[in-house]
Formats: sequence, C-alpha cells, structure tokens
Amino acid sequence: MTPRPRAIVWSVARHSLLLAGAAFILLPFVWMISTASKPQTEIFTKSIHFIPHSFALWDNFATAFGKANLWRFLLNGVVVTVSIFVLQVLIALPAAYALAKLRFAGREVLFALVLFCILIPPQATAIPVFLLFHQFGILDSYAALIVPFTISAFGIFLMRQFFKTVPDDLIEAARMDGISEFGIVWRVMLPTAIPALTAFGIFSVVAHWNDYFWPLIVLNSEHLRTPPLGVASFRNEEAGTNYGPLMAAAIVIIAPLVVAFLLAQRRFIEGITLTGIK
Amino acid sequence: MAKIELNGIRKTFDQTAILKGIDLAIEDGEFIALIGPSGCGKSTLLRIIAGLEPQSSGEVRIDGVQVDGIRPSARNLAMVFQSYALYPHLTVFDNIAVPLRMRRHSALARMPLVGRLLPGRARTEHGIREDVERVAAQLELSALLKRKPGQLSGGQRQRVAVGRAIVRQPVGFLFDEPLSNLDAKLRVHMRAELAQLHRQLKATFVYVTHDQAEAMTMSSRIAVMIEGNIVQIGTPAEVYENPRDIRVAEFVGSPKINAMPGVIREDRGLEVLGRQLRLNTTAAAGRCTVCVRPERMELGHGPGAIAGIVTHLEHLGAEAFIHVKVDRIDLPLLARVSPDQQLPEIGSAIHLGFSANAVRIFDAAGKRIDVTAPARSERVREKALG
Repeated sequence: MTPRPRAIVWSVARHSLLLAGAAFILLPFVWMISTASKPQTEIFTKSIHFIPHSFALWDNFATAFGKANLWRFLLNGVVVTVSIFVLQVLIALPAAYALAKLRFAGREVLFALVLFCILIPPQATAIPVFLLFHQFGILDSYAALIVPFTISAFGIFLMRQFFKTVPDDLIEAARMDGISEFGIVWRVMLPTAIPALTAFGIFSVVAHWNDYFWPLIVLNSEHLRTPPLGVASFRNEEAGTNYGPLMAAAIVIIAPLVVAFLLAQRRFIEGITLTGIK
Repeated sequence: MAKIELNGIRKTFDQTAILKGIDLAIEDGEFIALIGPSGCGKSTLLRIIAGLEPQSSGEVRIDGVQVDGIRPSARNLAMVFQSYALYPHLTVFDNIAVPLRMRRHSALARMPLVGRLLPGRARTEHGIREDVERVAAQLELSALLKRKPGQLSGGQRQRVAVGRAIVRQPVGFLFDEPLSNLDAKLRVHMRAELAQLHRQLKATFVYVTHDQAEAMTMSSRIAVMIEGNIVQIGTPAEVYENPRDIRVAEFVGSPKINAMPGVIREDRGLEVLGRQLRLNTTAAAGRCTVCVRPERMELGHGPGAIAGIVTHLEHLGAEAFIHVKVDRIDLPLLARVSPDQQLPEIGSAIHLGFSANAVRIFDAAGKRIDVTAPARSERVREKALG
C-alpha cells in the first residue's frame, strides 16, 4: 500500500504537465475568442483579463460582416478546396491503381519519381508556376488557385500504398465480371479505399483551406480571396487597428474546420493513424 | 457449354519456367481437377485459361475458337476464387448482379444518377432482379440478399461467390481452391454441393486444388501437375490405382504410398529389400522402387514378408495406421488396417506382406515399369511336368 501516495503525486504531476501543455496550445485560441468578445476600449488595457467586462462579441461579428464580404471569402474557400480535392482524386486514384496493381515497364521508376515529388516544397516551384500562369493569362482567377494542386504526389503515394493491400483476387474477379480497368478504379477500388480517401481528404482540405502563401501571390481581386487572405487583408485595409472585428472574422474562418473536426472526430483520428504521419 | 483445349502452353516468369508445355483437352461438361503440390503451376494454368495471365507461348481454344488476347470477360468463363473476392461494399444481391449489369446495361445506363433516367433500364434491371433471385433461391441465399459480405459466414460467402459465377450462365467454370478457406466439416459439405451443382448445370468445370480428397470425390478426371508438367491424366480410380510416375503415386493417396528400394535382376526377376517377388518385367536390369498402398499391406508372416518394429500407432476410429520401421528404409512403412483386429503393441516386432498385384514398380527415373506375374497355369503345368 506504500506506493499509493507516490502514485497520486506522480499522477498529479503528470496531469499538471499535460494541462500546462494543453493551455499553452489553447491560449492563442482563447485569446482570440476573448479579444473578439471585447469592445475596442478593453482590448488595449494594461491588465490581462480573459473575461470581457462588457460583452461585445455580437457587435464585433456585425462589424466584421459589415466591413468585408466574409460570406464571399468562405464561399471561395469552399469552391477552391472542394475543386482541388475532387481533381486530386480524379487524378490520384487511376495513377495509384496503375502504380499498385498494373504491371508495366518502368513502374518502379515512375513510383520513385512520385516519391521524389513529395520532397519538393511548393515554394520552390512557386515562381516558375507564377510565370507560367502569367503566360497563360490565368493569374488572378479560380484556376490559378486550383490548378497547381490538382496533381498531388502525396495523394498518389497514399492511395498507392492503400491499393497495395487490396487483394489481387478482387481485381481479377472484377475483370472476369467484365468491369473495365477504369471501372475497377471507380467501382471496386474507390469504395474499398474510403478510409484512406477520407484521410487524404482531411489533409488536402485543411492544407488548402488554410493556405496563405499561394493565394497571396496569384490574387489581386478582392472577390476571389480565400478565407485566410480575406482576414489578413481585413487587418491591413478594412479594420485598421480594430482587433475586435478582426478576431471575430478569424473565428468565422476557422469555424468550418472546427465544426467539421467535431462532427467527424473519429474519422480524423482513424485517418491520421492510417497514414501514420503528422 | 464448351470444350477447352490447351496446346503447348508455356509460361515463364523472369526466366523461371512455371509451365513447361501443357497439352490438355477438357471435354464439354467435364469436371476436371488439376491437382499437384503447391508451386506446380496449376493456379497459373487456370489463370491462363481465364485470360488473367498471358501465356508465354502456346494457345488456348474454347469451343474451337482461339481466345488468346481476348479479354477475360469475353471468354465467357466464370471463376470462383480461393478468397471468394466478393465486393465488400456491395450487398449479396448486388454482388451477384454485377456480371449481369456489366453485360446487359450499356455503359451509359451504368452511370450513377444519369443511368437511371435512361429508357429501358428499368426493364433490364427487372430481368436482372429475376435472375439474381432465381440463383439465390437455388443456392439458399434468398434470406441473405440484403447483407454485406462482411456479415456472412465462410460457407455463405462461398455460395455467394458461386452465385456470382453461375448467374450469367457461362460456358465453363474455373475454381481456384475454392474450399481451402473453409473448416473441415463445411468443406465436406460444400464438396457435395459443388458436385451436385455440376450435375445440375452440366457445364465444364475446371477445378484447381491441392487437396486430393476434393479431386478424388468430385471430378470425372484428374490431371496431376508436377513442376510445370501434367504427369498423368485419368479418372480418379485410374490415377490412384495405376500411377504412371512415382511422383503421382506419392502425391495421390493419403497416407502416402509406401516406397521400398528394389532391384531388377538380369534374369528379369524383381527383388525388394533382398526378398524375391514373384513378378517379371521386361525392363532393363538396375535399381527400382517398389511401391505398395498402405491399405494393401497385410500383417503377418508369409513368403517374402518384411520384418520390422512398430514405432507408432494411429487409431482413427474407422481405421488404424501402423508405422513400422524397417532396416535400410528411412521412412517407416505404413499399414492401414481395420481397428477390429488386435493391433500390435508399439515396440513389438511385426511382419508385413503384400500380394503381387498390390505392387507398383518405378524405374530409377521414376517412370512406371510394367510387371507380369508368371502365369499360374504355366506354373501349374511346370509342376505337373516336374
């Protein structure tokens, strides 16, 4: 019975450490919500207080929605992320199927090239792609936001690894039943790959919803701005130093991802354990 | 219904020869079993017939038509896989309906959403429903049509796989070890069901297995494949009683046939373990192997009986196996006896004998040697003369 008190001490220490870590990570979010709930006069006080003395969240939301077209930014975010994901799937699935299940000369070399592409950071190709799009004259458009991400080397790699685990018998049964090779991709492989596809979807949507770098480079028009860019411009031009509405706008743009996470928490965790990364 | 002919089928993977020139004519409506140890190429041969694997050389003909280069689905054969290969996301009904939908609907009608609007689709779909339900009733799957494969037992999945194969009425069926994932009891049951199905459909069945009990009980002919060659083709009784090669003799039959070293003498007589057999052969003198099935071994003394020590007994209820260690042979000899009789004790000395017609002799290369018993009438006459 002697180790009992020591176990309690250890347990307390452990939990305090974890709580401290959690608090550290949550603090910016709490600060954002707190700031968004304060009137202008309370934001710039010397004393730190999380609970606002006068609750101004709804006013700040109203100001944010009034000053900038937040709905438009959210819509742009949805259009861009959904288009990117759909196109990525259309390209990655057949490619992954070929790399995993078809036998052809040079398959391993191609796969090595795909792996190599994962290593190239998007910033490295940003300037050449920008110049190319300038030549095509598609800068400052939805196409400029979507096209560079339609071929996802990571997506091809992830789906290829998953397809490797699908038994060959299933594919051969499909061939005997008269399903074409493309039919096999969509009718047989896609339904069995839903968990992997969900994982990939999570990574893709989160990455492109939050992407700041590329939209900043290719966009000029305000009506095409994606949510992070919209909020950033908000700070510079629209709201000036008015941090209340700015934080309220930040809440609005992260809300879809937070809600999606809460709704599909189990899938998120499954997806991330499946891929074993991040 | 179809006759399947294979002429000079060869297959090499990276310079390893898997099939070394297979010639085989499978008659219309026949149930032929391809058996052999694992790695003998039997599954590869089946996949070549199906069109899932291209052969390196040789040709496959179905009903006289060369089908090389024709897609698997166009060969009008159905295949049942060892893992059943059911579509995990589809219900039993949809699994069985897939081959019909792929055949009867146009590509446009198979499209999601758009297809539903096409005229005539509903009528075709109705026909498919009738066919699927007929097959499901035949295989006693009617109650399970709405389930997914994951909710079925092994035997039920097996029946769904068979249903998917028979629903489009192909000319031939290919089975790739379809029962090996089932437990022993179910396997015996499904054996009877498949044999019954063959009698009903009267279609050509090609059945790959390494389980000789399946081959012996269901098929009208057995082709024994060893190391990429068909070594012998014949009825189950023929292959069992008259193996043309020692590898066939050893592969077919469980427990394994007893093999003993023997000698063909210059005077055409035969000896085994130094004892003379009352048999003659026309083969050249030299070493040979004398084989006797365990059930043809007899306990007790007699002319030419072999002495040994009982090392192990296996009592299986309906029969018993006696393992007898004999000098100069590594493996113990096996005798399969009725358990009614008094079984010898382990460690006791025993004599084993066998009659002349139980003996199968193979030369040093493993080929069967024909032997003749000196005609009894001749011997009688000799005696009479003497």
